[in-house]
Amino acid sequence: MARRAQPLGLATGIAAAGLVLCVAFGTLGAVALRAEGMARLGPADWAALRFTLFQALLSAGLSVALAVPLARALARRQFPGRAALVTLLGAPFILPVIVAVLGLLAVFGRNGLVSTVLGWAGLPPVHIYGLHGVVLAHLFFNLPLATRLLLQGWLAIPAEHFRLGASLGFSARDTAQLLERPMLRAAMPGAFLVIFLICTTSFAVALTLGGGPRATTVELAIYQAFRFDFDLGKAALLAMLQFAIGGVAAALALRFTVPAAAGAGMGHPQRIWGAGSGALRAQDAAVILLATLFLITPLATVLLRGAPNLLTLPVPILIATLRSLAVALCSAALTLSLALPLSALINALPRRQSRLVEALAYLSIAASPLVVGTGLFILLFPVTDPVALALPVTALVNAVMALPFALRAIAPAHARAEADFGRLADSLSLTGFARLRLLILPRLRRPLGFAAGLSAALSMGDLGVVALFADQSHATLPLQLYRLMAGYRMDQAAAAGLLLLICSLALFWVFDRGGRLDADA
Amino acid sequence: MNTPFIAAGLMLLTGVATAQERPQLTVMTYDSFVSDWGPGPAIEEAFEANCNCDLTFIAAGDGAALLARLRLEGVRTKADVVLGLDTNLTAAASETGLFALHGREDEGFDLPVIWDDPMFLPYDWGYFAFVHDKTTLPEPPASFAELAASDLKIVIQDPRSSTPGLGLLLWVEAAHGPGAAGIWAGLADNLLTVTKGWSEAYGLFLEGEADMVLSYTTSPAYHLIAEDDDSKAAAAFAEGHYLQIEVAGIIASSNQPALADAFLDFMLSNDFQAIIPTNNWMYPARTPEGGLPAGFETLITPEIALLYPAHEAVAARDRALDTWLDALSR
Amino acid sequence: MLTLEGLRIEQGGFRLSADLQVAPGALVAVIGPSGAGKSTLLATIAGFLVPASGRVLWNGADITEAEPGQRSLSIIFQDNNLLPHLTAAQNIGLGLRPSLRLSDAESARVSDSLARVGLAGLGERKPAAMSGGQQSRVALARALLRARPCMLLDEPFAALGPAQKTEMLELVKQLATDTGAAVLMVTHDPQDALRLGGQTILVADGVAHPPQDTGGLIANPPEALRAYLD
Repeated sequence: MARRAQPLGLATGIAAAGLVLCVAFGTLGAVALRAEGMARLGPADWAALRFTLFQALLSAGLSVALAVPLARALARRQFPGRAALVTLLGAPFILPVIVAVLGLLAVFGRNGLVSTVLGWAGLPPVHIYGLHGVVLAHLFFNLPLATRLLLQGWLAIPAEHFRLGASLGFSARDTAQLLERPMLRAAMPGAFLVIFLICTTSFAVALTLGGGPRATTVELAIYQAFRFDFDLGKAALLAMLQFAIGGVAAALALRFTVPAAAGAGMGHPQRIWGAGSGALRAQDAAVILLATLFLITPLATVLLRGAPNLLTLPVPILIATLRSLAVALCSAALTLSLALPLSALINALPRRQSRLVEALAYLSIAASPLVVGTGLFILLFPVTDPVALALPVTALVNAVMALPFALRAIAPAHARAEADFGRLADSLSLTGFARLRLLILPRLRRPLGFAAGLSAALSMGDLGVVALFADQSHATLPLQLYRLMAGYRMDQAAAAGLLLLICSLALFWVFDRGGRLDADA
Repeated sequence: MNTPFIAAGLMLLTGVATAQERPQLTVMTYDSFVSDWGPGPAIEEAFEANCNCDLTFIAAGDGAALLARLRLEGVRTKADVVLGLDTNLTAAASETGLFALHGREDEGFDLPVIWDDPMFLPYDWGYFAFVHDKTTLPEPPASFAELAASDLKIVIQDPRSSTPGLGLLLWVEAAHGPGAAGIWAGLADNLLTVTKGWSEAYGLFLEGEADMVLSYTTSPAYHLIAEDDDSKAAAAFAEGHYLQIEVAGIIASSNQPALADAFLDFMLSNDFQAIIPTNNWMYPARTPEGGLPAGFETLITPEIALLYPAHEAVAARDRALDTWLDALSR
Repeated sequence: MLTLEGLRIEQGGFRLSADLQVAPGALVAVIGPSGAGKSTLLATIAGFLVPASGRVLWNGADITEAEPGQRSLSIIFQDNNLLPHLTAAQNIGLGLRPSLRLSDAESARVSDSLARVGLAGLGERKPAAMSGGQQSRVALARALLRARPCMLLDEPFAALGPAQKTEMLELVKQLATDTGAAVLMVTHDPQDALRLGGQTILVADGVAHPPQDTGGLIANPPEALRAYLD
């Protein structure tokens, strides 16, 4: 029997897991307990479930499938702006839904760029509203995420393997067969799962681009149960259904390993031999160009639409920006404080249990934001004033939502640091806080920077539970953006959207960069 | 991790409690009311100028979210006054037993209907309408039938998540009754999409995605008065327009009943009512002394005002939703 | 005195037993075929593995369950002896205080130990800026400073060239003599065992045999060793 180092103590990890469970499931329990009488699901709810499953499967499947050629092209080609492109891949994912939807429609809408160009050629405008629109929007959000996850897998294939392949005269097809396919087999299920879970809670995007009530998702049914019928039992039941879908998906996908979302760094492409032919170069160039156009054009419209009013945004927006930055920083700190003990717990537990902990953390993605917010309100209201706690609670919920991504980045690096240096540290009695400070934190700089950046950026852009609690003095930037729109000020709202995008990207860049600076080997 | 930093951050976030010597009145309302671009700040200032009290707003989403929040809080609610419910919600609101009677008679409202609710008092109102751009659509349809027959694209809000969305359902139901299903079937190909809330829909319309958007007859006033843009107009429909009347009520368990009552008086006063038109972009429940702001005279004034009485609204709502889902899910 | 008393190690299908003693100050090589369990034996002595049965004793005291850092020994691994993000001096300082909050006197001792392994003035370098031999010296300097009465070396010099390896072995012998520490060094090279002088534990066929004089063992190898040497 091998001794396992437990630097942070399992108790901390279990406490962190408990907190996550509390936020994801405790809130659901609180809502269910407040319900009067048993709820039953009607035919409309089953239709919503079918649509949710169908669009999520399609969105996740396409995101991952299209990410394969894109990640491969990015993995094996060096070109000017590659680093910037990889960073920008993070942008759609952290955009507030409304900003992203308007950006997408500026390109693919009835009055958008594509339709305008078609109009010049005498063709009718594209009709984006429908299942294909939902999938397109989900692709916009999640293709970059899938690409980053797979790109990581590519860069994690040891360079020696590619060299060995080259020395044996592998063609590009052989390389794909013998080196890339095993990696993809391990990496794709995890990427699929994450995106599937994200898509199951989609509501505003699915509805707006779905073109009508046919595009009703479970989350919208929860909304209806809560505010239309005030049927808390049904809201809780639907939220459980959402977890059940996620749980089944997690059980299926987590039987395979999932790649780390950061770690080895994505600064440099792999030297892959046998991919030098003109056809392959042209193919990669086309893939990168198309993907860049698809992802960057809507972002560019956000930029163009928001830029004119950016410098004349009213003071309340700037105050809300500072508030959001503070929330984002707290959220990032909380994410790390939860992720580190959890990753220690995952690494210390036997495989089966560690998978369970990991799966639970994943499932928090499938939590209904409305149910989480309502549950927290029910839990907090008897004890304290939820409004006063609006921002800390928002930071906590955002931190929990970012946790699965943080864990994916941190846990493998954590395991590697312990495998490489755990015995050395044990032999030197490097324990407790000193071990954290001198071994774990320095070894995990990169994934910690990535996780903190992602968490901060996600938190910055997420309307989150603050919308349920906030009053005048606690408005965050996303909330103020919605308030500008509600006050007819669409131009200022567009500028606020751009400000949000800038802040999110800057937060991500600063942390991610900070993790890379001066990181030794 | 720097613990003192986080602690300081959390303190910053929770806000520092202010000393409260003056009595405090808490008004629970919907989010856009308290927004820096809504009537809330001006109303707070005007009320505090005379009440020798501290007026605090707490906000929750929109009218329906407001009621849900109140139901969650129950008798322990800190709210003294709830402002922002509409007539579709007042029946459910009064069933909670949380509200007190206002004890007023005939306040001389300038409403298209007679107001005799003993529990809730109106502070503003408006008609739902389809808004369009006169430059691209000089001759808008004049009824649902004309709209259905046209190839115009409209964007509406989902009744399950939005107040105007629900208003449209009741509009069609009130105007066409058994014919509502037929109207919806006819409108199906005009429906560009359905959004979660008003903001998304109006945003899509302004970006040129749709020819018309479901909003209020007062919406063009914003563009005219605030942006000096007279290109927006609401289309007058022959079957009349559905009304939204926004109301407020006093919480029976309030520990500041006198102050709450004073707030309702203030709500019906000139000071409050004068703030409404150009901040909430609705008609004031009592026309202020100086009349409506210049620009409001350009708005359409429907000849028929449609409205379900509060006690019928819930049944009509459920019926209309079934019709709508049925017609559009095919 | 290190005593392995009725020790049985089990890992999956792998088994190793040991019943032996190592005298204070003894220089002992541990040799045997690949996979025989040399490193496993050291890991058990160091406290990274818990034996299935039997005891590890230090001067008569049972340390079978003791934490690795609490044992009267230092260990140097084949690699990863140094934390790459810390300087050489910091890596050595870990041996005095894992918190790295060193007093001036302790910092002076770190500098001293660097000088004794021939790295005076290189304390501020990070491992990546040092050669393999220099890195080994840093690890030795730390073991020197810890001054534990027993030093375990798990093929620490396997990656070094022949000349450097000889140098390091001399250094180990010298430090062991200076501090009076016993040395247990795993190696796959009988020449290393001969250079260390002293005794050899042969690990083969699931048994770690008691130490014997190295010269005699190599000159007259038993069956298990002969197969390996040939």
